[in-house]
Amino acid sequence: MNKGKISHLIRRMNVGSTLGMMFLVTLWSIPTVGLLITSLRPSSVAEISPWWEAFFNPLGQAWTIDAYQSSLESGMLDSLVNTIVVTVPSTILPLMIAANAAYAFTFLKFRGKELFFATLVALMVIPLQSSLIPVLRGMVAFQKAFDVRLTGTFVSAWVVHSAFALPLAIYTLRNYMMTLPHELIEAATVDGASYYQIFWRLVLPMSMPALASFAIFQFLWVWNDYLIAFIFVGEQKAVMTYRLLRLLGQYGEGWRDVAAGSFISLIIPLFVFFALQRFIVRGLLAGSVKG
Amino acid sequence: MGDIIFGLISIVIGIVVSYGLYWLLNFLVSLLPGSIGRKATWFAFLTPALVLVILVLIAPLFQTVIWSFKSDNAKEWVGFKNYVDLFTDERFLGILLNNLLWVLVVPVVTVAIGTAAATLTNQVGPTRERIFKSLIFMPMAISFVAASTIWAYFYAYVPPGRPEIGLLNSIVISMGFSAQPWLTMDQGRLNSFLLMAVLVWLQVGYAMVVISSAIKNVPTETLEAAQLDGASAWQLFSGVILPQVWGTVMSVFVTILILVMKIFDIVLAMTRGNFTTSVLAFEWYKQFFENSNIGPASAVVTVLVLLIGPLMYLQIRTVRHQEALR
Repeated sequence: MNKGKISHLIRRMNVGSTLGMMFLVTLWSIPTVGLLITSLRPSSVAEISPWWEAFFNPLGQAWTIDAYQSSLESGMLDSLVNTIVVTVPSTILPLMIAANAAYAFTFLKFRGKELFFATLVALMVIPLQSSLIPVLRGMVAFQKAFDVRLTGTFVSAWVVHSAFALPLAIYTLRNYMMTLPHELIEAATVDGASYYQIFWRLVLPMSMPALASFAIFQFLWVWNDYLIAFIFVGEQKAVMTYRLLRLLGQYGEGWRDVAAGSFISLIIPLFVFFALQRFIVRGLLAGSVKG
Repeated sequence: MGDIIFGLISIVIGIVVSYGLYWLLNFLVSLLPGSIGRKATWFAFLTPALVLVILVLIAPLFQTVIWSFKSDNAKEWVGFKNYVDLFTDERFLGILLNNLLWVLVVPVVTVAIGTAAATLTNQVGPTRERIFKSLIFMPMAISFVAASTIWAYFYAYVPPGRPEIGLLNSIVISMGFSAQPWLTMDQGRLNSFLLMAVLVWLQVGYAMVVISSAIKNVPTETLEAAQLDGASAWQLFSGVILPQVWGTVMSVFVTILILVMKIFDIVLAMTRGNFTTSVLAFEWYKQFFENSNIGPASAVVTVLVLLIGPLMYLQIRTVRHQEALR
């Protein structure tokens, strides 16, 4: 077979692949586009005319952001703040704790290290539902004994989110730290630096790519979480997933309002996603995905 | 406004406190005499992580298993009663069947579409590849709840006499059939399959990205050699590319399998477990938060852990495999 034929084959593959992908991408986008269009139409129209009429005739339509305004005013803005307050510490704290532990697993020798590590890997698989009821009951008992409020506060969500993030975080950070040059750390030891100094001055700065990539995952995971926020934060300080689910359950609210709420909850994660996609891909390839 | 300030303050306090904690632990260890101190260094770095994992993950897991042998209010021992109740309840057996269907369908479909997308995007040039990938990958950033809203609208049903707004029903009507309340139809578990579509939609991007990077690592010499031998596009894929990325495909499969076993939010958001769509993780939620039955809820989640147990073996094997490659 000559060169011309090969390039011909490749060109044909190229056109076919493009068509195939255009089909798949269209299929993948339709549900989102439909809800987005509905959220941007006046309610009198959205209830009686299907969204694709607006899609094929965008200029002959009335568009409005009413639904977004009323959604924000009726509590979505509070929920947005609550979600941020839950998410940011729940991202930073586990990273800090996991980085320390990963350092110990990578560079220090101690007995039972292999067993510890195998346990961590196993814990990555365990469903979080298996520990939530005892944790909740434990917090309630603690509250009664010491008169400190835990449930219904942000702090309890931070603690639980941090703990559940640890196995995966320690695992991925250790994997990354193993690729750091051991000679450098040994040289620092010889120069009299303590393990503590080595961690803060050398290992942590050098691990930034892995820390960033895990931080993004943890951020998205906590932002999108419903269960832990529902159990430990609850209705008083409802996060967005909580409010959205309520909205979805109340029939008669109208699709438009639910849609506006959904897209408000999507803006920040989508922004993070598109801005930091490179890190996300790298993180996925390093095995940091919540199973 | 108060909440924002509170949030900012607590973020700062959190960081300062955790930094201080590690500093304190390290200081304590450094007070120990030479050789013991050096040996105990790991303790300073590991303690906070260990305490959290034991308090919030491991001890509660054992507590759950113990409670699964206790009554609704977790006071009296009832032996295996909760388990006997579960496995003699037809509804629970239906839930197990649902979980089985999810496990059989979602990982295979997701990995198949993901592999196809990875192969196709590899052949369209860098700009189109980036755009296509972003659009398929985008649902990863969306919560299960928001995804469910999007899909509930796609499946929407309006009573007869009012204009149709759901796309699926409009397509069905244009083909000459009548509109259906899709999510309530459990004939042949149809509605469960409709919920599975949501998870496939969410996860294909992950499968695509990971498999795509494996395909890019396939040596070009093997591809060129096969092309010179006159291999067709399909032969090239099935005979040259697929065997070389099979390990990656399997690890993606296992990851999605584990995720599917724990599926919960989609069922909650779309049907609240009604119309025979319930799954194990949802049943746990219902037993505890709707019925306050601690014993039975613990038994349900223990069954889930037992079913996931074997997958743990697969996970550890994948880890070993990766360690060996390093």
